[in-house]
Amino acid sequence: MLKQVPATDSVIAVADDGVSIETDGLKYVINPYDELAVEEALRVRETHGGTVTIVSVGPVGAVAAIRTAMAMGADKGVLVDSGGHSCDGLVTARILAAAIRQLPHDLIIAGHRAVDDDNFQVPTAVAEFLSIPEIPMVIGQSLDGGRIHCRCTVEGGTQTVAASLPAVITAQRGLNEPRYASLPGIMKAKRKPLDIKTPADLGLDAAELEPLVRIKALRRPPKRKSGRVIQGESVQAKCAALAKALHEEAKVI
Amino acid sequence: MKQGVLVVAEQARGVFRKVTLEALGAGRQIAARMGGRVDAAVMGSGIRGLAAELGRYGADTIWVADDAALADFTTEASTHALAGIIARVDPAVILMGATTRGKNLGARLSARLKAALANDCLDLRWEEGRLAATRAMYGGAILADVVLSGTPVVASLRPNTREIALQEGTGALETVAVNMGEVRSHVLDKQFQTGKVELTEADVVVTGGRGMGGADFAVIEALAEALGGAVGASRSAVDAGWRPPSDQVGQTGKTVSPRLYIACGVSGAIQHLAGMSSARVIVAINKDPEAPIIAKADYAIVGDLFEVVPALTAEIKKIRG
Repeated sequence: MLKQVPATDSVIAVADDGVSIETDGLKYVINPYDELAVEEALRVRETHGGTVTIVSVGPVGAVAAIRTAMAMGADKGVLVDSGGHSCDGLVTARILAAAIRQLPHDLIIAGHRAVDDDNFQVPTAVAEFLSIPEIPMVIGQSLDGGRIHCRCTVEGGTQTVAASLPAVITAQRGLNEPRYASLPGIMKAKRKPLDIKTPADLGLDAAELEPLVRIKALRRPPKRKSGRVIQGESVQAKCAALAKALHEEAKVI
Repeated sequence: MKQGVLVVAEQARGVFRKVTLEALGAGRQIAARMGGRVDAAVMGSGIRGLAAELGRYGADTIWVADDAALADFTTEASTHALAGIIARVDPAVILMGATTRGKNLGARLSARLKAALANDCLDLRWEEGRLAATRAMYGGAILADVVLSGTPVVASLRPNTREIALQEGTGALETVAVNMGEVRSHVLDKQFQTGKVELTEADVVVTGGRGMGGADFAVIEALAEALGGAVGASRSAVDAGWRPPSDQVGQTGKTVSPRLYIACGVSGAIQHLAGMSSARVIVAINKDPEAPIIAKADYAIVGDLFEVVPALTAEIKKIRG
């Protein structure tokens, strides 16, 4: 599963409507965590065989992200065109689950979050909608006889979690280093099968597409007061002044 | 009639996470506006004794699911147990801490209940009969005010965004027998670094960047230790293999909201700023006066971090005694 997002070095501005972002001039990329997921899927195919299908929900422009994943090596793609409809995470997950039900699947891999809305919801909700287990924040995996073993990060350490297939796993940094698309890969990608569907094609009705989370306003975070560069005769004098400021002025130590 | 707030507690090795106590405070505020009660849900194995503690932080009733199948946290097992508690309590709002587990549990629960979810909220309010939340999007570049419709609704609170409030009262304990259902994921082994302060919950974070020049973070570790804080790293330091990915602060790493953030040899790329801009006080130590982090910092020292950081550690030790 893959989402197209603005590149992380983009300057994000609020649009005039106050509830969306200015899209003019934005460069779009595959969500960086989903890129790890694509890479891991390709490695699973290289070891165990099978087919890698990319599934995404988004505007028609998201085809570019799917083609990039195909250029990396994915075999085929399905884009469910949201048709400008605003989806919350639950609606997106419902659409993805409906699309995946129509595809053969043993292992579903996605990034653990999308770096645009940062809601940590979609892959996990897809697993619940498909009634299959999910292993989040994976930094290593191995498949063995219908089961998957994953090394995962949790607060304060790591753990190994095993689950039966089919399962969803979500990629965390450290899982792999995604490959670059090669030039022949880019050429081949143009001819790979890519289906564009609508939520109605998947049998979803209007009530199932109604978002429950609505954005009332987007805004820039409040500007921080401009700080000061600590001056002093020596490193020691500067550090003494800083420690004093942190203790007496900012009261944080 | 769905009413009141249910706060889902998280404990690690016999101690409740700070963010659980913070979420109870947020729950009390919401419940006061809504006119309902605040209950807590505690899930685990052999945790009844610990559960009682939550009364002091504002839980009216503490619902305990004590089951061997909950000894190790898995989202699947916890979702089964929590759905059982929710069926009994029937809350309007379900809150948790925005930890790795909390966010994951919130996501699975939202699909189980077909409920709205706002994860990693900076602020939660009850407005006109609905839960309103402020969340960071685009790695903190944008704040979104969102409203959650339907009942119940699910939200998680980012750690360190509010003070922990002690309450009068003890809280009543209720044990709930839950149907654990089918669980197809299991924890096989766990490796925890003991004594290490968790980055996302730390009051103080000291981060090293490209300016470290290598994997030797001794000066950073000494400063973090003097402040009782955690060590973080910029993406460059992680990409260079100097620190593990779990230490990374930024848009493709962890988001931290400490009281004090000290960035050493970190230039301050937009993706890094995204991960730490909600810190209360930012200090930058960098030899380049033009580094973007200097402009973002409340206090900055321009100089060689290998001279400045040890000197600062010494000065801080003098103050802290």
